[in-house]
Order: sequence, then structure tokens, then C-alpha cells
Amino acid sequence: MLETVNRIWRSGYRDLFAQTIIYIAVAFVCVVFIWILSDLIRGGIAHISWDFLIESPRDAGRAGGIGSILVSTLLLLLVALVVALPLAWTTAILLAEYVPVTSKFGITVRYSLQVLAGVPSIVFGLFGNAFFSIYLGLGFSILSGGLTLACMLLPILVSTAEAGLRALPDSYRLSAAALGLSRSATLFQLLLPAAAPTLAAGLLLGIGRALAETAALLFTSGYVERMPGSLLDSGRALALHIFDLSMNVPGGDAPANASALVLVALLLGINIFAMKLAYGLQRKRII
Amino acid sequence: MKLDVNKPEQSVKDSDDAFTLGPLQVGPACCNPQPIIQVKDLSLHYGNKTALNKVTLDIYRGCITALIGPSGCGKTSFLSTLNRLTDLISNCRIEGSIHVEDSDIYAPTYNLQMLRRRIGMVFQKPVPFPFSIRRNIEMPLREHGINQRNEIDSIIEQVLRDVGLWEEVHDCLDTAALNLSGGQQQRLCIARALALNPQILLMDEPCSALDPIASGVVEDLITRLRGRYTIVIVTHNLAQARRIANYAAFFWVKERAGHLVEFGHCRDIFETPTHQLTAAYVSGARG
Repeated sequence: MLETVNRIWRSGYRDLFAQTIIYIAVAFVCVVFIWILSDLIRGGIAHISWDFLIESPRDAGRAGGIGSILVSTLLLLLVALVVALPLAWTTAILLAEYVPVTSKFGITVRYSLQVLAGVPSIVFGLFGNAFFSIYLGLGFSILSGGLTLACMLLPILVSTAEAGLRALPDSYRLSAAALGLSRSATLFQLLLPAAAPTLAAGLLLGIGRALAETAALLFTSGYVERMPGSLLDSGRALALHIFDLSMNVPGGDAPANASALVLVALLLGINIFAMKLAYGLQRKRII
Repeated sequence: MKLDVNKPEQSVKDSDDAFTLGPLQVGPACCNPQPIIQVKDLSLHYGNKTALNKVTLDIYRGCITALIGPSGCGKTSFLSTLNRLTDLISNCRIEGSIHVEDSDIYAPTYNLQMLRRRIGMVFQKPVPFPFSIRRNIEMPLREHGINQRNEIDSIIEQVLRDVGLWEEVHDCLDTAALNLSGGQQQRLCIARALALNPQILLMDEPCSALDPIASGVVEDLITRLRGRYTIVIVTHNLAQARRIANYAAFFWVKERAGHLVEFGHCRDIFETPTHQLTAAYVSGARG
């Protein structure tokens, strides 16, 4: 009797111990995030104003704002997505719907994408510089930066989209075929809409990665802080601006903090939007 | 939105003409059997494995033919050769011939889309697409070139009445099909198949994933469809086969391949089987 009680007590003790460890780990993760965020807010909030968001930087970024930087960042993102999305999604469709999982071709493509995902971004930067900037003669421009970003985004976009399509039950494909739908109709009317939440999640993941990118853009889109006139102008991305202010500009800490705060707010906003979207779609169960 | 299945008074007015089924031709059509599908020496192989060996049988117009036999004896494989769903399986090979209304469906020139429009299929597990109830029926219709809004609406109402779902869902056609109960989902899938106005319905254990009450509803529905449609149904429920079928085909595994042991009037199969195996199976002694 006493032994049983003892055992129950001991196993309860073990449960409690495991629970405590888990809670401590979670608390630690949250503390790190809150620490970074509060640090940024403390250092940057005073500097943020409407003018800061729309003005171009002056005096190497110590004064003025980040208007032109934001425009360059969004243009880079736009170029990257316009190029990467169609390529990535068609590749994912091919891999998930038309090529058997075990085929040599599929394995090769998937493996090369995995390797691509593991390449450090500085290597992408050097490749982009050598290929887009010098060989194709695009120079330091938003176009070559965006194309380099597109190469970086391909693995994320392809793997999320492929996983999303593969996660759909085969019974969808069988039912659609039994209803006399052609393969393309099945794809466009059923599979892609059904996989839309994962496609969107992958897209937002890619946007987040692109917004945060610094090293690859250093060698490709350059760091001219003027408002870009065209895609062939050099333009400075927000992450690069933060790097430059904090490393190369004495007295640039306040605007660096403020810019970082804007970047984090953007990323957070995108993430929250993504979660809301995914949750909403799941809850409604209608696409 | 949550559906209230047992809502009693909702529009009692139109419950008089709730089931606008066409005139049923029970009896005569089956007494004077006219084959609509003729299967000759059909063998089916998955890679090196033979799933079906030399099956020859006729499916009669307007009748319900039940395929019975133990698991793994090729009933479902046989069913999916009839609408060429086996085409989707990469290592699947077919020998022999299947004629539907005197044309060879495995002829290279045969229009697959038309075949699957003429032969609807209902699967074991209900497969509603992750759309609204309306779109579930509308999407295949549009793919088959039916685009008129009012025509689509009237077909949707007609088939939902046919499966007895109209009363339950007519005020929530735009909510998610996945929110329906299992039995309702299965009836929706039957309605979706009926919407294409097929001549033949293939059903692969349509009741086995449902509770007894929902199963009873679906079974009644199948009985009501007799005469208007030719139905081939796979079932493990011998009592069900006996209740609803006009003809029964008994499959058995011999040397790891499915064989057709006996085919005939349902009553004969159950009461005066000629083959020992059949007698043992239907009496519950084997299988």
C-alpha cells in the first residue's frame, strides 16, 4: 500500500519535474524575444515618426528617414517574388503531381533544391554579383538584387508548395478523376485551391526571408540610399541599412534601432497576417 | 454553421414533392436482363502480382449487382477497371475487354471523360471537396460544360432531393461540405456523382464508414435509385447485399489472385448456391 503511494508520488514528482523544465525552456524563448523587442523599442521608438517613414536618409542616415530604403526594399521583394513564384510553384506541381516520388528526376531536383537551401547567403551574393551584376551587365541594381533573392527563395517556395500538395489525400485525385475531371482541371479547380493555405504560408515565409536578407544584397543591389528611379538603379535594402548604420556610421544608433523596429514590425505583421489567414481558412473549411 | 438534422418543421410545404424520383422500373427490367457492361476474360496485374484472373460477367441495365467476397479478392480492383480509374495506378496492367453499351472502353480512341461522366463512382470513405456544398456539385458540372446559373441551380436541387439531403441543407448550401456529418457527406458524394447524369453508378462499400442509421439512409437511397441507374456495389455486408441486390457476384482468392466464383440472381447465390465456397461464405462458415 505504502509502496504504491510512494510510486505514484514519485511518478507525479517526475511529471512535475518534466513540466517545469518545459515551462522554463518556453519562458526562456519568450524572454529572449521580449528582450530584443524591448531593446529595439527603447532605442528606436523616439526616433520613429511619419517623417522618418517617408523621408530619404540624410547625413549617411543620421538624419532624415528611411522612405527611399523602404521603396527599394519593396521593389527588391517584388522582383524576387515575380520571378520566383511562377518558377517555384510550377516546379512544385511537377514534383508533386507529375513525377513519381521515387523517380530519378524527382530525387535529383529535390536534392539540388536541398543543397540550394543550405547555401549561405553570402555565397548567393557572390554568385549574384558575378552572374547578374557583371556577366549579364545589370550592375549594382535592384534587378540583380531581386534576381539573387529569387534564387534564394526558390528552395523554400518549392518545398512548402510541394509538401502542401502532397499532403492532400489521394482520394481527392481519385474522386476528381471519377467525376471525369481532366488532370489540369483537377489541379486548378481542386488541388491548388485546397493547398492554398500552405501555398500562402510558404509565400509569407519566403517574404520574411527576403525582407531579412542582407549579405546577398550587399554585392548585388548595392547600398546607394537615394530613391531608386528604376529597377536598374542601385537601392539599399532595410536590413542592409541597419547593418550600415550600426557598423559604419558613428552616431547612427538611434536611426538603426528605429529602422530595426520598422523591420521587426513588418515581419511580425506578416507573420500575424499569415497565422490569421491559415486559421481563418481552417476554421471555415472552405477555400 | 451547425446543421440541425432533426429540424422538424422546416418548410413542410415542399416536403410533399420532396423526392422527385423518376418512375422506377423494378422487376421487368431485371426479369429480361439486358447487359449494359460486358466484361470478358478480364485480368488485372499490379506489377508482377495478379489481382484478378479471367473474370467474365455481364452487368444488367437498371439492376443492382452486388460484388461480395472476402477482403483482398479484387472486388474494388474490379470496380475501378469499369471506369478506368486503374489508369491512375502506374504499374497496373489490364488484359481482356470491357464493353459498355457495345463499345470497348479500353480502345485507345475511347473518350475517357465521357466514360467517367456515364459511369459515376462513390467511394468507401466520403470524399467531399473542401468547398461549399454548392461548389462541390457545381465544379464538376462546369467542367463538363454546364455553365448556365439556373440550370446548375436546378440540377443541384434535383440531385440533393434525390439523395434526401435537400431538406437538411437547402438553407446552408454555401457552408463547408466538411461540416456535414459522415452520412450527409456520403449522400453529398452520391449527389455529386448523380449530377453528371450517369447511367451507371459504381459504389465501393458506400456504407461501411457510416453508423447504422446513416448506413440505413444510404441503403434506402440506393434502393430508390434502382431502375433509373445501373448500380454495381461492393459490400461486405451480406445482409445488405441480400436486401438490395438483384444480382450478386461472389469473388474468392485462389493462388493469391482474385477469381469470380459464381454469378447469378441474388436469391440463387444466397439460397441455392452451386459452388461450395459460395455456400460456405454466404452461410458465414468461411470468409
